[in-house]
Amino acid sequence: MAAMATLAGSAPGGIDTTDLKPGLADPVHDSQRVFRALLEAMARPGRPLQLEEGLDPPFPLDPATAAAVLTLCDHDTPLWIDWIADTPPVRAYFSFHCGCPLVERSQQAAFGLVSDAENMPRLGLFAQGLDKYPDRSATLVLQVPSLSEGLAVQLSGPGIDGRETLRAAGLPDWFWNDWRLNAAQFPLGVDIIMTSGRALVGLPRSIAAEG
Amino acid sequence: MTTASAEKTAENGAGEEGYNFAYLDEQTKRMIRRCILKAVAVPGYQVPFGGREMPLPYGWGTGGMQVTASIIGHDDTLKVIDQGADDTTNAVNIRRFFARTAAVDTTEVTAEASIVQTRHRVPEDPMTEGQILVYQVPQPEPLRKLEPREIECRKMHAYKEYGLMQVSLYEDIARFGEIATSYSYPVMVNDRYLMSPTPIPKFDNPKMHDFPALQLFGAGREKRIYAIPPFTKVKSLDFDDHPFEVQQWEENCALCGAEDTFLDEVILDDRGGKMYVCSDSHYCARRRAEGHRGTLSDSAAAAYAAAVGAADRPSEDGESAEWVT
Repeated sequence: MAAMATLAGSAPGGIDTTDLKPGLADPVHDSQRVFRALLEAMARPGRPLQLEEGLDPPFPLDPATAAAVLTLCDHDTPLWIDWIADTPPVRAYFSFHCGCPLVERSQQAAFGLVSDAENMPRLGLFAQGLDKYPDRSATLVLQVPSLSEGLAVQLSGPGIDGRETLRAAGLPDWFWNDWRLNAAQFPLGVDIIMTSGRALVGLPRSIAAEG
Repeated sequence: MTTASAEKTAENGAGEEGYNFAYLDEQTKRMIRRCILKAVAVPGYQVPFGGREMPLPYGWGTGGMQVTASIIGHDDTLKVIDQGADDTTNAVNIRRFFARTAAVDTTEVTAEASIVQTRHRVPEDPMTEGQILVYQVPQPEPLRKLEPREIECRKMHAYKEYGLMQVSLYEDIARFGEIATSYSYPVMVNDRYLMSPTPIPKFDNPKMHDFPALQLFGAGREKRIYAIPPFTKVKSLDFDDHPFEVQQWEENCALCGAEDTFLDEVILDDRGGKMYVCSDSHYCARRRAEGHRGTLSDSAAAAYAAAVGAADRPSEDGESAEWVT
């Protein structure tokens, strides 16, 4: 890799590999473990899960954020990256490890990566799915400063036995209002995976939020 | 009863040589995993997926196997049942397949399994939060018999237009005085999507409601995946004056005496002799081990158990599917 970097500094496809950070150490089994955590998170919304994977992704990504994208994205899934994370190292990281197309317009993305939650685009700016194909909606990987110190929000819906409390910090003030609109148009709407450090929480569109 | 499976090939846990872990390639698994997440997000909706050819024919659980292959990992313990039994050809084959390609532990004990793949039954033993139940689905579309056109079925789901299904149930009542459907009994998931529970007997429908484990459904030929998250409302369709009812038997299990399980009819001779036994072989064997006895004498029960291979086998080596008749 070093020899390659001095020669050209780029892998085939024009990816700058000079300072490329490593992806999942054991792609087969690491991605299986991360996926099971994601599945558990989506099946039991609002309940934080800790990943074991010790990733060292480029700034400003947290390990859980990178792990989720590395596990789910490939050449079939256009990825949209928000402005603060849209740096050459991050672009190279996902282009190299996932091979996913990076898109400029959030509407075209199957996955949206948000690292600066406070300035994130409104939820309506992502693909909402179609009446007959609600699965064709975007999944957002939403990195927040903390999943335990934010304002308490009560969640209820499929996957939750009664109620679950989510304490995500750093969300814009319109977020839960938008989420109510998102849930109201069920079965359409975006699904969200919130990440912070190595923790992640699932927030599928079927979940209603209060308070 | 976790088996240190003979087929659990490599000590490095890599599974069968020449194949990727759990048979499917990584790109296929990622695609199926994305579909599973969307299926969980929209309970009861059938997500189309790029079904792959599996090394066994359609109808033998290719959909369930692709779901299992996409979620299974080293730490998992797999149980496979076919009509409730752990020891039928289909169950033995699939269990052996994953023991070989994914080098996972297999078990017949429902409580020990982290993943249970099933054909046409929900286990009698309760399942818990950490577990996943994977159903093999022959026909995922509950409306298919009423509306053969896929595009129309899709519209009916999109606009929650399920009157046709109610009419078909009503016709049953008009003709037979009751709803005659006894398996694949349609359910509404989370008050939104009409869903086929797969050909489980309607006896098992109430178990799906508020089920603590995650339920995933894979249809290989039809290339659909759907899901019911834990603790989700699942309601069998019915009418106010004809409420949903499950099957009941006048007899108990002849082997273990259970009164509250789904029973299979076993023909004993050509003079109308018959008995009923639990369809869930593990549940029945456990009850017998605990000392429960049915009407069948001990010697007859032992002979029957030996005949169907349901006796306490020394260890299940994956090859014991002989049918001694």
